[in-house]
Amino acid sequence: MEQIIFYILVSGILIFSVLTVTSRRILRAAVFLLFMLLCSAGLFFMLDFYFLAAVQLTVYAGGIIVLIIFSIMLTSQVNEKLEAAGVKKSSFSLIAAAAGAVVCIYSILNYSFPAVSNGETDSSMKNIGMQLLSYKDNGYVLPFEVISILLLASMVGAIIIAKRDSAK
Amino acid sequence: MNFSIYDFTEFIRSIHFWLTGIFSPALADVIGLAIIGVCFLLFVTLLGLSLVYIERKVAAFFQQRLGPMRVGFWGTAQTVADIIKLIFKEPLVTKNSDKFLFNLAAFIVLIAPFMVIGAVPFAKGLHALDFDIGLFYITAVSSIGVTGILLAGWSSNNKYSLIGAMRSGAQIVSYELSVVLSLLTIVVLTGSLRLSEIIASQSDGWWIFKGNIPAIIAFIIFIVASTAESNRGPFDLAEAESELTAGFHTEYSGIRFAFFFLAEYVNFFIIAAVGATVFFGGWMPLHIGNIEFFNNAMDVIPPVIWFFGKVAALLFLIMWFKWTFPRLRIDQLLTLEWKYLLPISIVNILLMSLVALNGWHL
Repeated sequence: MEQIIFYILVSGILIFSVLTVTSRRILRAAVFLLFMLLCSAGLFFMLDFYFLAAVQLTVYAGGIIVLIIFSIMLTSQVNEKLEAAGVKKSSFSLIAAAAGAVVCIYSILNYSFPAVSNGETDSSMKNIGMQLLSYKDNGYVLPFEVISILLLASMVGAIIIAKRDSAK
Repeated sequence: MNFSIYDFTEFIRSIHFWLTGIFSPALADVIGLAIIGVCFLLFVTLLGLSLVYIERKVAAFFQQRLGPMRVGFWGTAQTVADIIKLIFKEPLVTKNSDKFLFNLAAFIVLIAPFMVIGAVPFAKGLHALDFDIGLFYITAVSSIGVTGILLAGWSSNNKYSLIGAMRSGAQIVSYELSVVLSLLTIVVLTGSLRLSEIIASQSDGWWIFKGNIPAIIAFIIFIVASTAESNRGPFDLAEAESELTAGFHTEYSGIRFAFFFLAEYVNFFIIAAVGATVFFGGWMPLHIGNIEFFNNAMDVIPPVIWFFGKVAALLFLIMWFKWTFPRLRIDQLLTLEWKYLLPISIVNILLMSLVALNGWHL
């Protein structure tokens, strides 16, 4: 049962990622990307990492994809088709993709995957919250704060850019 | 089979045992999933049909009309007749539109409500998905729905649809913040996102009564923001009939139009259900502290009735808004969210933390 769901999700990820790259209509590519992200959220659900799965849904599927679709809606038209990539472009990207795949497969094959007991990977909401704000060993309070400063800076930047436009 | 209207845990377990007794474990799982799926499909269909009827009746009574009266007793079969008509209608597609996305959009808007409704606790034990992250899951999944609306507006190749989709996209994305923050205000008190624990924490009184002033502020923000998030009146600018014909679903007809309608009403129900669960204790009967005789008297009413009663009350409240307030302008709408609701809810969550730390709540 688990395996059947796993293969459905994995084939979904593979098919939709290929479609995302090959589709010549840009909004369709965005939609295929959405499905790909939904399938990978499904994988996280299978692994019992509910928090990560929900973050995947809310940040990627609900946030980034909506942002991408918004920007496409404002810039392109329904019937616009991207021109097919030339030989030079596609061969370069093929080499890059193959190199990435080789590195990934090589490292996966060489990693021994030690068994982890359930207690060590306590992914409950409470534990995640505690870890995020903990300043002891394995605490994440510093990255958490750094990221919040980065977010604040980008929000201020966005507001300033938006204001300058309206002043003209 | 021991069936009890007060606690469904045993009943569900006995169905599970019965299935595993007949079939192999894997097959029993599949059949169990299929049964749950069919139950939810039936529930959602009935919900859509009855909510449309109720909405039309409520609207009519607010305007001193009778509403649908001809089909069936007091027009009760009107929505059934409507849906039969919609099924037989031709699904039109506009010229030069992206047909693939056009058809897909109608299904994407339905994905989110179907994924969320599984996490709604209907009664004790009658709860399909009880995640550790329950409330977060609900807010995460319901953010997918906006994609369908944007796609529908864009692929229709119609300027009114596009404007409607842009408006509703901006509206949903911004009001989502206030909804989540107002729900988090109560999570400060419950200390858990699991819906069953949120309900259990209200066994000696609902949070709206126990949570002091911040809980009431949070509830007001929740009801305003979630009305806006579901694109309902007075925030229904996305489909402002007089300006944009019907907004993002202008070009849809037949059964695909019905999908948009269904998604809207299921979302409507989900908002009321989440509000009832977080602020009014879900299926938990009205309990006041440790007053035994009162609590026991309230326990006589089954949890299912409590849940649907609370949901119905909230649904009526939101319908009341729709037929009372005039529609806002788009700038007023965005001002309300970004300049008022969002700052208030951020301050409110701090206030609630203060209340929780000092133990000022009951």
